[in-house]
Amino acid sequence: MNSKYEVVIGLEIHAQLLTKSKAFSGDRAEYGNHPNTNVSVVSLAHPGTLPRHNKNAVEKAIKIGLAFNCQIERYNKYSRKNYFYADLPKGYQITQFDTPICKGGFVKIKLKNGTSKKIRLTRAHMEEDTGKSIHDIEPQNSLIDYNRAGTPLIEIVTEPDIRTGEEAFQFLTEVRKILRYLDVCDGNMEEGSLRCDCNISVRPIGSSEFGTKVEVKNMNSMSNVKRAIEFETERQITAIEKGEKIAAETRSFDALKNLTFSLRSKEMVNDYRYFPEPDLPPLIVSDEMIKQIAKQMPQLPEQLYEKFLNNYNLGSYDASVLTETKEIAAFFESICKTCSNYKAAANWTMVHIKGYLNENALEFDDFKLSPEKISNLINLIDEGKISNSAAQKVFAELINHPNDTSEIIAQRLNLIQTSDTTELEKLIETALNKYPQKINEYKSGKTGLLGLFMGEVMKLSGGKADPKIASKLIKDKLEK
Amino acid sequence: MKITDKKIDEIANLARLEFNANEKIKIKTDLEKIVDFFDKLSEVNTDGVEPLIYMIDCQNNLREDEIKNEISKEEALKNAPDKDSDYFKVPKFIKK
Repeated sequence: MNSKYEVVIGLEIHAQLLTKSKAFSGDRAEYGNHPNTNVSVVSLAHPGTLPRHNKNAVEKAIKIGLAFNCQIERYNKYSRKNYFYADLPKGYQITQFDTPICKGGFVKIKLKNGTSKKIRLTRAHMEEDTGKSIHDIEPQNSLIDYNRAGTPLIEIVTEPDIRTGEEAFQFLTEVRKILRYLDVCDGNMEEGSLRCDCNISVRPIGSSEFGTKVEVKNMNSMSNVKRAIEFETERQITAIEKGEKIAAETRSFDALKNLTFSLRSKEMVNDYRYFPEPDLPPLIVSDEMIKQIAKQMPQLPEQLYEKFLNNYNLGSYDASVLTETKEIAAFFESICKTCSNYKAAANWTMVHIKGYLNENALEFDDFKLSPEKISNLINLIDEGKISNSAAQKVFAELINHPNDTSEIIAQRLNLIQTSDTTELEKLIETALNKYPQKINEYKSGKTGLLGLFMGEVMKLSGGKADPKIASKLIKDKLEK
Repeated sequence: MKITDKKIDEIANLARLEFNANEKIKIKTDLEKIVDFFDKLSEVNTDGVEPLIYMIDCQNNLREDEIKNEISKEEALKNAPDKDSDYFKVPKFIKK
């Protein structure tokens, strides 16, 4: 990137709230159903129908506000945002205009250089989703499916605090993680339950005025958001360098061609003619309501991260992997209830269990082994009864026989380590006799050869020799 | 109050209406009359008066999050001027 310029980015995130029914009516709010089966007279905008707000949607919006450090609006009005489009049957969207339920707030993101940065939020307000239009089936008509119409949304708007595609990526990752911890949104960008629009402008470094803002839409993954920002930044800088003027417009991202193209000019500013929605009485949020919701708040990834660093002495990499989802964090913590080797608990969770789940396309909720089984397994290693590599075999077998204990499986597989020194000494004898020359080299200072002898002993024992004891015995023998 | 041609065009566009030259003159005089009529209201001093939004004194009319699939797809599509067995059909509104 040209170092004379600075990019200024603000994001608008739409998140579908995980409710059973829609925001203002009782039809099912669910993705992927047969078209026009999840509809009602309210979501289809039949005359004479009245909306009623879903309590669960309100509570989830407040949860989001608390998690993102926002101020919660006590006096909420609803407003109508008027525009004419076939996927919006009422001709207006119910939204919040001058009283967003969440005001201010921030999200802390971690940058690659190890520092962190606060991205401030302007607001987050409640609104409803539109239907879906399909343009590519019939040449003359567009087809409309109203299953999505009226699905509750929260729109989160940031201040223009983001400076790079990477920061936008980190911000979205963090927001999605928190929404999932809160169980308020499944965060699936491919299916559109989480969507992101970017406002991007560039300006010469040091300038206090913003450049002309371009809005980019239609990025259906987080890496596409990053790529779209990177492309758009370069495009705007190149244009400015050539002396061209940036047009205020809405552009779309084409992931295949990796570029953005103009959708529409913003010169005819949309006149949404907002006015208060008279069909919905105001929503007053009481102290009591906030207190109740605050009580149900789970531990958030940032709190868990700090806890894992401080209480379990993990490094920052381990702590961040183990707080990626609340399920992995919970599993790790459960192991630690009966296992004091936190580092091993972290490794088993992150490497072996997560690896197994990834390979089999499973989630932590599908994992059959209880955390206690894993803690037993770690304890067997720590007691010197099985080696690390044997433990992996026991783990694989344990998955097929989740009712057995690790110890029974280790015995069955003949993996219990030999710490019986007479037996070991015999093996060491055999191993050393194979390499008389190497013994001399060792004795003359090439102590790295210990590994060779260890390897031989392990081989002879079928992996069952306790490595600590074996290496001590070999050393004793050689240095006699 | 004077209504400009530009204003007429804007409002017509928002309402998805079209006026020819004669109609435009007529709608302009009509609109001017209507706006003048409403201007009468500005004669009242409303300093310190909160705007009235709600006609009844009611708040927090929330419902529990329960699914009530009250109408079927067939019922939903019944009154549509154009449809197939699954979808509402509308004239194509984007150029591809």
